[in-house]
Amino acid sequence: MRLPSGGTGITREKELSFAFDGKPHRGFEGDTVASALLAAGVRTVGRSFKYHRPRGIWGHGVEEPNAIFDVKLAGFHEPNARGTTTPLADGLVVRSINARPDASRDRFGFLDRFAKFIPAGFYYKTFMWPSWERFEPRIRAMAGLGEIDREWAPKAFSSHVHDTCDVLVVGAGNSGLRAALAAARDGRSVTVVDEGFAPGGQLLYRSRTADGEHAEEWLASTLAELSRLGVTIMSRSTAYGIYDHNLVCVAELKKATNPPISHRIRPKQIVLATGAIERPLVFPNNDRPGIMSAASALFYLRRHGVRVGERIVIASNNDSTAEVAEAFRVVGANVTEVSSVANVRGKNRVEAVIDENGRSIPADALLVSGGYSPTVHLFCQAKGKLAWSDERAAFVPKDEVQGVKVIGSANGDFRWRVQASWPTKPTKERAWIDFQNDVTSKDVALAARENFRSVEHLKRYTTLGMATDQGKTSNVNGLAALAAFTGRSIAETGTTTFRPPYTPVSMMAFTGYRHGQLFNPVRRLALETEHRAAGAIFGEYGGWLRPAAYDRDIQSEALRAREGVGIFDASPLGKVEVIGPDAGLLLDFNGYGKVSTLKPGRIRYGLTLNENGSVYDDGVIARLDETRFLVSCSSSHVTGVHLRLEDIRQDLFDPTRLSIHNATSRWATLTVTGPKSRSLLDSLSLGLDLGNEAFPHMSWRMATFEGGPVRLARVSFSGDLSFEVSVPQSKAASLFCALREAGARFNATMLGLEALMILRAEKGYIVIGKDTDGLTLPHDLGIVGPRDKRTDEFVGRRSLFTEWAQEKKRRQFTGLSITDGGGPLATGAHAIERVTGKSRSIGFVTSSYFSPTIGKPIALGLIENAMERQGEIIEMQHLGAVRKARVSAACAFDPEGARLNA
Amino acid sequence: MHLICCPFCGNRDETEFRFAVEAGKRRGSVSSSPDEWAKYLYFQNNVKGDTREVWMHLTCGELFILSRNSVTHSIHGSEPVRKAAEA
Repeated sequence: MRLPSGGTGITREKELSFAFDGKPHRGFEGDTVASALLAAGVRTVGRSFKYHRPRGIWGHGVEEPNAIFDVKLAGFHEPNARGTTTPLADGLVVRSINARPDASRDRFGFLDRFAKFIPAGFYYKTFMWPSWERFEPRIRAMAGLGEIDREWAPKAFSSHVHDTCDVLVVGAGNSGLRAALAAARDGRSVTVVDEGFAPGGQLLYRSRTADGEHAEEWLASTLAELSRLGVTIMSRSTAYGIYDHNLVCVAELKKATNPPISHRIRPKQIVLATGAIERPLVFPNNDRPGIMSAASALFYLRRHGVRVGERIVIASNNDSTAEVAEAFRVVGANVTEVSSVANVRGKNRVEAVIDENGRSIPADALLVSGGYSPTVHLFCQAKGKLAWSDERAAFVPKDEVQGVKVIGSANGDFRWRVQASWPTKPTKERAWIDFQNDVTSKDVALAARENFRSVEHLKRYTTLGMATDQGKTSNVNGLAALAAFTGRSIAETGTTTFRPPYTPVSMMAFTGYRHGQLFNPVRRLALETEHRAAGAIFGEYGGWLRPAAYDRDIQSEALRAREGVGIFDASPLGKVEVIGPDAGLLLDFNGYGKVSTLKPGRIRYGLTLNENGSVYDDGVIARLDETRFLVSCSSSHVTGVHLRLEDIRQDLFDPTRLSIHNATSRWATLTVTGPKSRSLLDSLSLGLDLGNEAFPHMSWRMATFEGGPVRLARVSFSGDLSFEVSVPQSKAASLFCALREAGARFNATMLGLEALMILRAEKGYIVIGKDTDGLTLPHDLGIVGPRDKRTDEFVGRRSLFTEWAQEKKRRQFTGLSITDGGGPLATGAHAIERVTGKSRSIGFVTSSYFSPTIGKPIALGLIENAMERQGEIIEMQHLGAVRKARVSAACAFDPEGARLNA
Repeated sequence: MHLICCPFCGNRDETEFRFAVEAGKRRGSVSSSPDEWAKYLYFQNNVKGDTREVWMHLTCGELFILSRNSVTHSIHGSEPVRKAAEA
């Protein structure tokens, strides 16, 4: 009930309306969903995870196990919001979860009567026949928390903020603020993060500080001084994880309808002033609505002007509740204090409390305090170790961790004296330990009886501490129960491992802006706009967005390039320059074929190998002058080749005599290919003799295009006369226009990557990684010269002479021609050999197309002993169907290369 | 997320770095025995405790020796490869 006055956290002038389970309610600005529901007298706010027991609000912060809601506001949806940390807003639509139709009339409530038959581990033991999978969907639907609204998509995206400071204080309570003040007075830069709505922690609802000062006055003057000293205080900001080298991750909830902002702060010093969390007491029916944390009841009274009951019983094992009793008496409640509780009457709300002497005390609220557990999660994440303290009835930090200091209640420095009262044996009626996951002391006893005596086993067997609250209220009671039931001390029993995140963090906080196009950004061509205008259909190739085709009919695109001329954007091709007097030697070492013997103006094709001998990349290298080479590696290997060259330069060469420069993105390259390519380029008047004698295959020339440099390379991936024309990126568009304009007279076609793949396959040109795999050695491709002739060292050389490399039965690269009159083979189809009725794979198809040039299907593959098998007809199997193919030369078109050297 | 110190650029995020090899590993040659070559290709000491490793800082492109502890993840320092080789 809301008192007529009071509540330091609310603004009574600003009324807000919201709905809970379809019923309208009102609250004030500054309310949380929890405080507004308590003010409205709503007791049952949800149903428990497993038994569907009615549950009420327990706490006032992130420790809350029961008040979990589905919350919608102005298009924003949160399926598992804690009512205690969700600010009330006008128009907020709140629904209870795990309850149908709602929390007060849940149709699965009957399950509680069968509790005896569904103890811990029940599902695993029972639903075994015929299979767990048969039952799982229905069981999952009956248990659990909120549901994701699949229609909903976030309108805003989480920002990622990276920051640093001298001192990061986690927790803006009494101790945290004192530490922040001391550091700031010392001239250090200080940031304070706190998960509450306002800084202050307990000072917001306790009347005195730990040192006896007037809490409100001390807080006001301290905050004023911190502000003067330039200390940043972030509220509603949860430090949910500490990672290596003092990285603290913080989720800040700034706007109700936005996902959290993700802060990654790297301070020099971390101060953990994270406080302590009040524990429940373990007694029969201790989960009834109306039973709540004594500190939380005081919080709601002082912050929100809410009196949680008229006839209040306070059960406590420590002296922190003296102030609570006093405060409720002042506001006119009838308060009875007891040291322990035997049972509770009432189902949907507390009606009476039975004390240890069997006396029944009529009550509408039962406030409990079972002592305090220091919030040591972050300390433990930073590899801190804990020690059990009998005196404080809590696990407290033991040894110091470098760079992390724990102070105040988090360090076990409470001002309260605790008389520990742990469960000694399971009670006849169920007593709850974990509210959120429905674990009772009987379940802990069952686990102990079945020999799940380790805390980690207990956790997994009973799910104690595994819910979204991660056992913030339940862990220590659970450990104490296990210790008692197994005849050990709590210290011997130990704790489970604390892992991030401390509180659930929305996945949106991690995603940030990395979604859609930014999830894995593609590299874009300088000419993308021009290609789109030319009707290109784009695809992603090795991280680049490239024209796959310009025509739905790829066959005709390929054929037109073969018969006339095609224009292809080859810009992503690598252009790594190796410069210096030792450049040739470095490339000799890097590659399979020798490069240093190449003459300036000439180009050579070659492979590079891995140290294990397998083929890593292929491409051409042009010698620009005596000391400069241009490595044209394949598009997807540019970064790898660059790093590898750097590696070799610094590790094995004198780096002062060499320089590696990746110029790939400086140049745009358009390839003109086909029998008419020379005529087309001639019409551009580049002032260059393009004739076969002046400019032969595998050579390059410089010329001038629109006052700037243009580099022409006569290399070919199509098997036809081809020129790669490269200009600086700034000239890309005008080169494209010039080629298109000139091309119109030759009926030139734009050539996409898919059609080019057909052209190269007709010629038997390989694509590394497609026609080769991690086991392919250069001699499997039929390239044996460097292995047999070179006498100098190069990458992968030793591996070409291992026993394995020289095995007889090796998969070799080959062509496959179709002999059964059918269409193209499936890529990946296996070649089968049958020996004594058993079939065995002897290789597979790596590339397969219908060739428009020769008018029938072609294929390439890696087949065992393909060189010896030439002409042999083999069986190809794919998805049960068997086809026939002849092992044949990889090059199916123009084997003499007449068109290439035209 | 580690903070790794590049001898040229100072402390940077670990995503900017790439592990290259354990320091002190020598490349064999065509005359290496099969065992020596296999050891070079596939065997790592994988030291528990203080390690010396070669890393590359991808943004500046320099190789350097990183001294760190593989258990505590503490970083002790780094030096350029060349300087280490000359010493």
